[in-house]
Amino acid sequence: MFYREAGDFKTTYADDSQTFPIKFDRYRYWAVLAFAFLVVPFIINDYWLNAVVLPFLIYSVAAIGLNILTGYCGQVSLGSGGFMAVGAYSCYKFMTSFPGMDIFSVILLSGFVTAAVGILFGLPSLRIKGFYLAVATLAAQFFLVWLFNKVPWFYNYSASGQINAPERTVFGYAVTGAETHAWAVYLVALVFVVVLAVVARNLTRGSLGRKWMAIRDMDIAAEIIGVNPMTAKLSAFAISSFYVGVSGAMFFVLYLGAVEVGEAFGIGKSFIILFMVIIGGLGSIFGSFAGAAFMVLMPVLLKNVMVGQLGWATDLAAHFEFVIVGGLIIVFLILEPHGLAQLWRLAKEKLRLWPFPH
Amino acid sequence: MSAGFYYGTEVFLNGLMTGVLYSLVALGFVLIFKSSGIFNYAQGVMALFAALTLVGLQDGQVPFAHLINSIFGTQVHHFGWHLPALLAILLTAGVMVVLAILVERYILRHLVNQPDIILFMATIGLAYFMEGFGDLMWGSEIKKLDVGIPQGGNLWIEENTAFLGGDDFYGFYLDSLDIVAAVFAGLLVLSLVLFSQYTKTGRALRAVADDHQAALSVGISLRFIWVVVWSIAGFIALVAGIMWGSKSGVQFSLSLIALKALPVLMLGGFTSIPGAIVGGLIIGVGEKMFEFLIGAPFLGGATENWFAYMLALIFLVFRPQGLFGDKIIERV
Repeated sequence: MFYREAGDFKTTYADDSQTFPIKFDRYRYWAVLAFAFLVVPFIINDYWLNAVVLPFLIYSVAAIGLNILTGYCGQVSLGSGGFMAVGAYSCYKFMTSFPGMDIFSVILLSGFVTAAVGILFGLPSLRIKGFYLAVATLAAQFFLVWLFNKVPWFYNYSASGQINAPERTVFGYAVTGAETHAWAVYLVALVFVVVLAVVARNLTRGSLGRKWMAIRDMDIAAEIIGVNPMTAKLSAFAISSFYVGVSGAMFFVLYLGAVEVGEAFGIGKSFIILFMVIIGGLGSIFGSFAGAAFMVLMPVLLKNVMVGQLGWATDLAAHFEFVIVGGLIIVFLILEPHGLAQLWRLAKEKLRLWPFPH
Repeated sequence: MSAGFYYGTEVFLNGLMTGVLYSLVALGFVLIFKSSGIFNYAQGVMALFAALTLVGLQDGQVPFAHLINSIFGTQVHHFGWHLPALLAILLTAGVMVVLAILVERYILRHLVNQPDIILFMATIGLAYFMEGFGDLMWGSEIKKLDVGIPQGGNLWIEENTAFLGGDDFYGFYLDSLDIVAAVFAGLLVLSLVLFSQYTKTGRALRAVADDHQAALSVGISLRFIWVVVWSIAGFIALVAGIMWGSKSGVQFSLSLIALKALPVLMLGGFTSIPGAIVGGLIIGVGEKMFEFLIGAPFLGGATENWFAYMLALIFLVFRPQGLFGDKIIERV
């Protein structure tokens, strides 16, 4: 009834090619943004920020990054954890070497550093395909983690081998370090997420995104119709790594504050991000958010139910969590291999015909 | 000759032995990949699960004891028996067959014709599931696995090679366990080759590996073959689990041997059994020698974590299908 194209006349090209062609979607989009910017900062507290909201926002960025590479360009990567580590460590180096720099430029710069590293590890993708490439990206994962562990320059020769985020402020409010306000940290993360998501959405709709999808669907055919596989693949690696690097930097400065590389950015991180992308839906920006929300919320929920309600020991709950996460992934893949984004698409189809389905 | 040379040789021999164990895990991957096109990430966790089950059966642990105790407030831990190793191994092999049947029935059957990445993800899901399930069933503490394989340095080899070097050389130090593992791996490979060449099921297996549809059309049951393949992979996982478990205890890190086997696969090719073996040996020797010659003296050590991947990566750039993999032919 209200969710339809009919009656929404487009009179300019700009109107015609806007992100959300349906009026209801546009209103919903602005409503969500308004809620996120104007309501949430006033009600958020430390528990919600650290247990749910902040991990969700940060993982969303990482999932969008991996989705660009895997969902849009078809190159499976298991090195996201390593690239997040690059983001975190370059962020740390920038913060300690240039104390005057503000946090936004530091995080963006770490993204660019990660993009460069991503291009380097993306080079083999020009020769290697499929699972061979997936395994090859593990090289990045293990090598980078080893590098940050073994070369003391990266952690400024600190005795513990950890990196700690120094305090930085935005408009006089501390957003990193020990004394932070929940709402300030939240807003910084939110600004990054919104801007990066909008950019990603438009990149994937534009000519670059079409090139990626052509490569994903069949690289040889894409090459024949004039898509340069080198620029397409390497740009996907660069942009994807940029996103993952930014999320790694945020993960370090905004969320953890102190990082030990093997613990925070191990192979498990790579798999979690891949799960988010698959469960959310390959090739969908909304899916990245949905997958991140699912993977962040489910463990919290399970833990609350099992430890809080049933009163089981935490190690038992942890084992159950593995069983349930693994089982759900399998069930999900069997029932809906295209992920939550596909469910959303189906719901929208239904909504279009509602209340008079034929 | 100098002592350094002999130590180098010793490192080489030890690398060879480790390589055999890598090949053992890689073999399980190759078998499943060849016959069903599934990249089975759960292979390492299967080894862990097999080892856990073996220890649990041997010691007469009550399955799910921790869970039962939490729910009912009881204090059960052990049945109080102690099974002989051979019987426990046979029972565990039975458990792995049941596992194969369950995997086929509840996962693979529903995922026919899905893209490879989806199947790969499903096996990661399976890995998570089994990791939690194994811990839930048998507890997560580090266990000692002892099925009567001799351990420690092999004195015979040490004494009989001591004459090679000078006064400061005491012979090659080789772990008996590694030697036993190498012998078993060799036997396993030999029997697998014989099985796939000379039995009816083995031939059906190769037919499925070649072409699913053609195999179906001549009346081979794909489902039965998948159960067979997953059982064999489970059996290989059991052997790998016994070897690694006796060496370093049964614990979570056992499942990480899957990650060690991946570069072996890349190097040898995903579809080649000889490739898995040669690749395993190259990686085993390569990473030990690299650590000995370059890693430990110049790079601060612990290069074993990534060296294999880098080697495989560089190698693949020149030969994208691995050493023995099928040539990749692409058509539009």
